[in-house]
Amino acid sequence: MAKVLMKGNEAIGEAAIRAGCRYFFGYPITPQTELPEYMSVRLPQVGGVFLQAESEIGAINMVYGASGSGARAMTASSSPGIALKQEGISYICAARLPCVIVNIVRGGPGLGGIQPAQSDYFQATRGGGNGDYRLLVFAPASLQETIEIVEGSFELSEKYRVPVLIVGDGMIGQMMEPIDFGEAPMQESPEKSWATTGTGGSREPNIINSLYLDPAMLEQVNISLDHTYKEIEANEQRAEEIGIQDADVVVVAYGMTARIAKKAIEESQAEGYKVGLIRPITLWPYPFASFEKINPNAKGILCVEMSMGQMIDDVKIAANGRWKTSFYGRAGGMVPEPDEIKNEIIKIIKGES
Amino acid sequence: MEILYQRSKGLTDTPLHYCPGCTHGIVHKLVAECLCELGVLGDTIGVAPVGCSVLAYNYFNCDMHEASHGRAPAVATGIKRVQPEKVVFTYQGDGDLASIGTNEIVHAAHRGEKITTIFINNAIYGMTGGQMAPTTLIGQKTTTSQSGRSEEHSGKPLRVCEMLATIDGAKYIERVSVDKPLNARRAKRAILRAFETQLEGKGFSLVEVLSTCPTNWGLDPSESLDWLRENMIPYYPLGNYKNWE
Repeated sequence: MAKVLMKGNEAIGEAAIRAGCRYFFGYPITPQTELPEYMSVRLPQVGGVFLQAESEIGAINMVYGASGSGARAMTASSSPGIALKQEGISYICAARLPCVIVNIVRGGPGLGGIQPAQSDYFQATRGGGNGDYRLLVFAPASLQETIEIVEGSFELSEKYRVPVLIVGDGMIGQMMEPIDFGEAPMQESPEKSWATTGTGGSREPNIINSLYLDPAMLEQVNISLDHTYKEIEANEQRAEEIGIQDADVVVVAYGMTARIAKKAIEESQAEGYKVGLIRPITLWPYPFASFEKINPNAKGILCVEMSMGQMIDDVKIAANGRWKTSFYGRAGGMVPEPDEIKNEIIKIIKGES
Repeated sequence: MEILYQRSKGLTDTPLHYCPGCTHGIVHKLVAECLCELGVLGDTIGVAPVGCSVLAYNYFNCDMHEASHGRAPAVATGIKRVQPEKVVFTYQGDGDLASIGTNEIVHAAHRGEKITTIFINNAIYGMTGGQMAPTTLIGQKTTTSQSGRSEEHSGKPLRVCEMLATIDGAKYIERVSVDKPLNARRAKRAILRAFETQLEGKGFSLVEVLSTCPTNWGLDPSESLDWLRENMIPYYPLGNYKNWE
């Protein structure tokens, strides 16, 4: 299929429809609004339902109902709206329901701004909702990668019965890039014997629930969830690695920041410095395995984010004291320049950092 | 031997956990009987709230969801949009529906969602031990209005049927009571009509049931029924507030 030029938010919608998503529950918020707009036009064309909810809270609870009833369902929002969805996300995780959630991240805290940011890393990977739960979190760095992740996300979410959260900084939602929609992904879901479709008088009722008043039973639920999370940690870590085996400095960055970092790395390499890159594609599970390949004698790891430093915590866990770690970030919608990142790289090499 | 009366097939065998004298059990029975009499039990998906009836998912003999506090109408919306041919109902108390869940109930009605809501109004938060609800009457003592609810401090009690009846998408709205057999029969008729409203695709339907909470009202079951008649019915008049017919 020929490449098409699409805006990120619209490409996400089309990819979801190609993956068999037929139910989208949304609420307007900048910079993700083109996604519900696109779904409001496209879903009825393919026999699906777009519904504008009364709030982000309403939307995520509609997803809880739709997914529990067996549908491939999706919602999207931007940072403050994702904050509102956290209660519902916690319930969805506890009830073991699959779904796909998109966060087109804007600067915070509070109402913040509408420019791109990566300040929802903690919210995405540590859980903004209550309880011991995890989401499968993806952070694409291009629109091509975004649609491939979206297209695979429904199947993945159903495989583990864990929600997928796709985190795109504002630029992913707003920019246009050529996209090659390849083979259509699997649209059919596995049989969902747990779904609430009506007993038809021929089976015991199915119950979608997260309440366990017996602590021993609730502990078993947590153990079962943890078992799944361990399986995901073993199978689903994804990252792009460039030249980390013999690097003097390894930059760790995700999403659009990684693309900017690549420019800084190329410029540093042109000046003779050995600089590598780890670009986490999954934020959870965090690609700890990639760090095992870093040159043991590297001078340091530089974590770059569009935040005041959130992923740096995982970088430190991954480094585990073996390398010096440092951080460079811009916040509030400010985007780091390649030169700024290059300066930080050189500081580490010269032992100034 | 001829069976004259038995537990509704619409209920499971699980013993109800409700306090002695609480009217939840009667309402559960009426809802279950209606689903059976309409022949839709196997095509029904219910949504339980947070509150005393949180465990309703163990009692109704049909597929069930347990929703977060107040969000049952949004959850029911998601279910109904996926399964438009099925019967979908929510069962909610007054803390759940009239306080934390006002947004969800108003907009489910406003969209004309083809769902049915059974709303239990006992003028108090039962599960958490007797706190003031939006439906608590003026002067009524609760653990968070220990001198009695005052209008100056907390406003006057919210009348849900009257509010929802102003919304076009709401097609059947009725307030009933189960304080005596005659009223229970009327309540059952209203619940049947509410489900029929959904089955005929008319729009949103709700039946508010005035209920007792002997434990948290500090009255015995019989006194509670008297208190309901003397205090609740005058403020919350029984009757139909909206009927598409």
